[in-house]
Amino acid sequence: MIEVSNLVKKFGDFTAVDNISFKVSAGEIFAFLGPNGAGKSTTIKMLTTLLQPTSGQILVNGHDPVHQPNIVRHSFGIVFQDPSLDDELTAWENMEFHGVLYGVPKKLRHQRAEQLMKLVELWDRKKSLVKEFSGGMKRRLEIARGLLHHPKIIFLDEPTLGLDPQTRNYMWTYLKELNKAEGTTIFFTTHYMEEAERIAQRIAIIDHGKIIASGTAAELIAQTKTNSLEDAFLNLTGRSIREEAAAPVDRMRMMRRGFTKR
Amino acid sequence: MNTIYILWLRQIKRYLRSKPRMIGSLVQPILFLLSLGYGFGSVFQRAGEGSYINFLAPGIIGMSIIFTSVFSGMEIIWDRQFGFLKETLVAPVSRFNIMIGRTIGGATVATIQGFLVFIISMIAGFHPYNIWAIIPVILVMFLVALLFTALGTMIASFLNDMQGFQLIVNFLIMPLFFLSGALFPLEGLPQALSFVARLDPLSYGIDAFRVLLIGLGHYGLITDLIVLSIVTLAFLSLGSYFFRRIQV
Ligand SMILES: Nc1ncnc2c1ncn2[C@@H]1O[C@H](COP(=O)(O)OP(=O)(O)OP(=O)(O)O)[C@@H](O)[C@H]1O
Ligand SMILES: [Mg+2]
Repeated sequence: MIEVSNLVKKFGDFTAVDNISFKVSAGEIFAFLGPNGAGKSTTIKMLTTLLQPTSGQILVNGHDPVHQPNIVRHSFGIVFQDPSLDDELTAWENMEFHGVLYGVPKKLRHQRAEQLMKLVELWDRKKSLVKEFSGGMKRRLEIARGLLHHPKIIFLDEPTLGLDPQTRNYMWTYLKELNKAEGTTIFFTTHYMEEAERIAQRIAIIDHGKIIASGTAAELIAQTKTNSLEDAFLNLTGRSIREEAAAPVDRMRMMRRGFTKR
Repeated sequence: MNTIYILWLRQIKRYLRSKPRMIGSLVQPILFLLSLGYGFGSVFQRAGEGSYINFLAPGIIGMSIIFTSVFSGMEIIWDRQFGFLKETLVAPVSRFNIMIGRTIGGATVATIQGFLVFIISMIAGFHPYNIWAIIPVILVMFLVALLFTALGTMIASFLNDMQGFQLIVNFLIMPLFFLSGALFPLEGLPQALSFVARLDPLSYGIDAFRVLLIGLGHYGLITDLIVLSIVTLAFLSLGSYFFRRIQV
């Protein structure tokens, strides 16, 4: 479903993604893990037509995001790492906007919007402007919106950042059901190792733009002779903190998140 | 079609919801209208040119349209900064439709703003020689607004943040406005100035307003409409070309 070979992304002379290759098969739940600044979001942006790769090949659902962006865009949905709602619209209007852009028929769109907004407990706030929401509520709305059209592939870039455990649970239950019922491929990143261990069928670990290990959680644990994915991750990526690597923009975003969180 | 509609609707809703912006952008035209209109009124009359308010009002309508529409086009920069642009850019909608939906939305907003200035100038003493002329004038307003919203979109695809905003206002919008004949008649100008005015698309928009509202024109309505249409088409194509290259 996703095939990446020798993918490289450079910003100036800084290499953010350094010659990575991997495959995700249809219907798989795949976790992409790595320290801050490893290149996860950059990779997702290239897969989702938002960034042009410096070199390498990508196939998403059999098509190349560089040359056939419109076909590729039909096949996926995405929840971004950083905010992407229109603050001046209401929660409902944000859902509507998304549904119309993705061509979901009106009846289905309204029915699913209601179901999803109830799932993330925002149904009674549907007429509130998004700018009145707390950080976590915005996050919940973004997730509901990302699930409104049922795509073949869903990309989730740190979807659970800032979410309470209840919502996290509902979200994963819904996603797993979707994965079973419609065979949706799920590609996600997270910094919660226990989440990756519990949810993902296969994992790739990226550090400094390179994939340094991949396999099931059990395989990674066995490979590093540790007893949890968290330890395996630390063993593979080392213990130094990577925040310096993050661009000032990234750090600002993190701060903004921090301020708006409840 | 639905996608263009929803993009249009978004622009309209955002406009109607930000009352401060709406009122704020009416203050400048009112100031110009009152200070220049009454300040230069007697000089203008003595020069045998008739009522200055009547002459000025179409120019001020043009001013409110150029400002509102270039800013609407440039709203893409905000969308990029607040992250919403990503949401539109990953959607399975052609870049052209996204650009058109936004541009028509921005142009509608600017036209409403132009109409409000028309009403205000009537209150301030503007007498169009035929009130029904407002109907074709609204159509021309929309054309001018399309042109400058597309220009705003084009500029926005070059800029990454609002840093360059002041530069654009001072080096592009202000000159376009001041050199367009909004404030002075295009007859008997020094050659250089007359030449520059000829290159300014806003001149033709304001000229068309004058023809329709007060029956006075310099280039003639047909020329005005042809020039405006050609430039609008050119800016729309350029705008959608540059919009297509935006990366987030
Ligand atoms: N537009 C850009 N210009 C320059 N450098 C960038 C840009 N976007 C990302 N980078 C750099 O590329 C590297 C990878 O960033 P990326 O956002 O992919 O990291 P990540 O793995 O998603 O990290 P996090 O866990 O913090 O989200 C970082 O060092 C970042 O500074
Ligand atoms: Mg990231």
